[in-house]
Amino acid sequence: MQNKTKYKVNHKRKRLSHWRLYLMLLPPVIYLIIFKYWPIYGLQIAFREYTPVLGFSGSPWVGLKHFKNFFSSYQFVRLLSNTLILGTISLIASIPCPIILALSINAAKQRKLAKAVQLITYAPYFISTVILVSLVTQLLAVRGGMFNVVRGWMGMDAVNLLSDPGAFRPIYILSGIWQGTGYGAIIYLASLAGVSPDLYEAAKLDGATIMQRIRYIDLPSIMPVVVILAIMNCGSIINVGFEKVLLLQNQMNMSTSDVISTYVYRIGIGSSQFSYSTAIGLFNSIVSVILLLLVNWFSKKATETSLF
Amino acid sequence: MNNKIKMSRQDRIFHLLNGILMVLCAFCILIPLVNVISSSVSNPSDVLNGRVTLLPVHFSIKSYLYVFKDNSIASGYLHSILYTVLGTLIAVAMTILAAYPLSRKSLKGRKVFLAFFMFTMFFSGGLIPTYIVVKNLHMLDTMWSVIIPNCLSVYNIIIARTFFNEQIPGELYEAAEIDGANDYDVFFRIVLPLSKAIIAVMALFYAVGLWNMYFDAVLYLNSYDKYPLQVILRNIMNNAQIQASMVEATGKVTSTDSLAITESLKYTTIVCASVPMLLLYPFVQKYFTKGVMIGSLKG
Repeated sequence: MQNKTKYKVNHKRKRLSHWRLYLMLLPPVIYLIIFKYWPIYGLQIAFREYTPVLGFSGSPWVGLKHFKNFFSSYQFVRLLSNTLILGTISLIASIPCPIILALSINAAKQRKLAKAVQLITYAPYFISTVILVSLVTQLLAVRGGMFNVVRGWMGMDAVNLLSDPGAFRPIYILSGIWQGTGYGAIIYLASLAGVSPDLYEAAKLDGATIMQRIRYIDLPSIMPVVVILAIMNCGSIINVGFEKVLLLQNQMNMSTSDVISTYVYRIGIGSSQFSYSTAIGLFNSIVSVILLLLVNWFSKKATETSLF
Repeated sequence: MNNKIKMSRQDRIFHLLNGILMVLCAFCILIPLVNVISSSVSNPSDVLNGRVTLLPVHFSIKSYLYVFKDNSIASGYLHSILYTVLGTLIAVAMTILAAYPLSRKSLKGRKVFLAFFMFTMFFSGGLIPTYIVVKNLHMLDTMWSVIIPNCLSVYNIIIARTFFNEQIPGELYEAAEIDGANDYDVFFRIVLPLSKAIIAVMALFYAVGLWNMYFDAVLYLNSYDKYPLQVILRNIMNNAQIQASMVEATGKVTSTDSLAITESLKYTTIVCASVPMLLLYPFVQKYFTKGVMIGSLKG
């Protein structure tokens, strides 16, 4: 009897003793409530006419007015198609380069060269978007920019690509590849490092060439990672790198560079139409979640790899 | 006798082509960087007339002298350092505070907390409601507005949690508990000393983000004298007027030189803004790679 009570008390004490862990969790939880959940609560102003004095929940309801306005505005088709085109192309274009680089580094016999190449290709990741865009601006400068200098050597006239709507997408995508390839390759290199050496040995004994080993061992072993990353990035199709688009954008290339997120910024912060731009932002998030779920579902069916 | 399997001709060709491919990759990355660095140390008028491609022409550090004399760049540097150091300290502390309890399997309601955290990765209030919240908290135009709203990334919490799960065996907690240690003792005397690597990784992730911050500063800060370096750089790139007056204020130059100098000033500022991160990079690369790997493979 005595033993039993003792055990009970002990048990209770053990359960209670984790209060310290809950206390540790408190600051991050409060942080999330204020800076993540409060804005989510604030999303309701998409259905209201927000005025600062009345706040999130006090402003009058207007239903779907802002959504209707956006869908029927002349901007809508342009913004949506710009966003989807830019997002889709840059997603697809950014997949192969890191894979090729990782396979190449992994297969290299010249280990020192491979290490150096990895170090160099990874470096641009540390460059901020502002610096990247400044770099692009200077390289493409009409006077003295390297791009036009080289064009000059080949007897071609200088062009201003930065104000050319047709050049915006290639600039955006190529600069993204320049910056992201080395970083992207790391994840593939990690999974390639996990491939059992026995497999290579066996393949070598069977007389497989390096190309065959890459084709039949390396590629299949990184495919799940490729699929997972691709699914995760599908959410970013509609959330294209907002900062970079904004920085590369100018009056002349607006016809291809204006995307939903830059529009939200311009309308929301620039002209203080808080409710209208929140509605557009909400539309953007909903589309992005739907895209993610769709692609995840499709991938589960097709390749048996999925996020959840 | 060499009993290794001899490389076939095909394989030797592969290694040759593969080496060439890697060198090409490295060159593609380096060429823009080399061009900008060379332009920043070349004679301004040579830059403007397109004589600089890869190597500097008529070496000159004139534009660096202008940059160093400029107050706004010095102020930008100071603010970037302040925001980066303070922000990193807060962010790392918050991340560990969240990640450690979430890694303890004996924590009741762990799944609920995790869902509470992860939900914010997929769904957010977006730009405008977040801005209004920051405004309501009267943080606009203070340094807190650029530090606090970004001081916790759930993605990093998951990386750190994975690290705790993988690196700290559950038996350690049991042993410590039997010895009468409470959760704080365990945390400060056992977990933290074993977690230097992940703390370094987290610090680097946050520091790079904070150093490179641009948009939040533009959004939340109004006063020019609070801007971090990235915003100053952007202003210099955009605003020829500012540069012209800057050049005139810092040195006696004729108007024909002025255009050339303002142009090469842009290259110089780009170099100055990227140098701290690129200098740090070779030292931190090892940790960074580790963090990316923990995050990606077992996240």
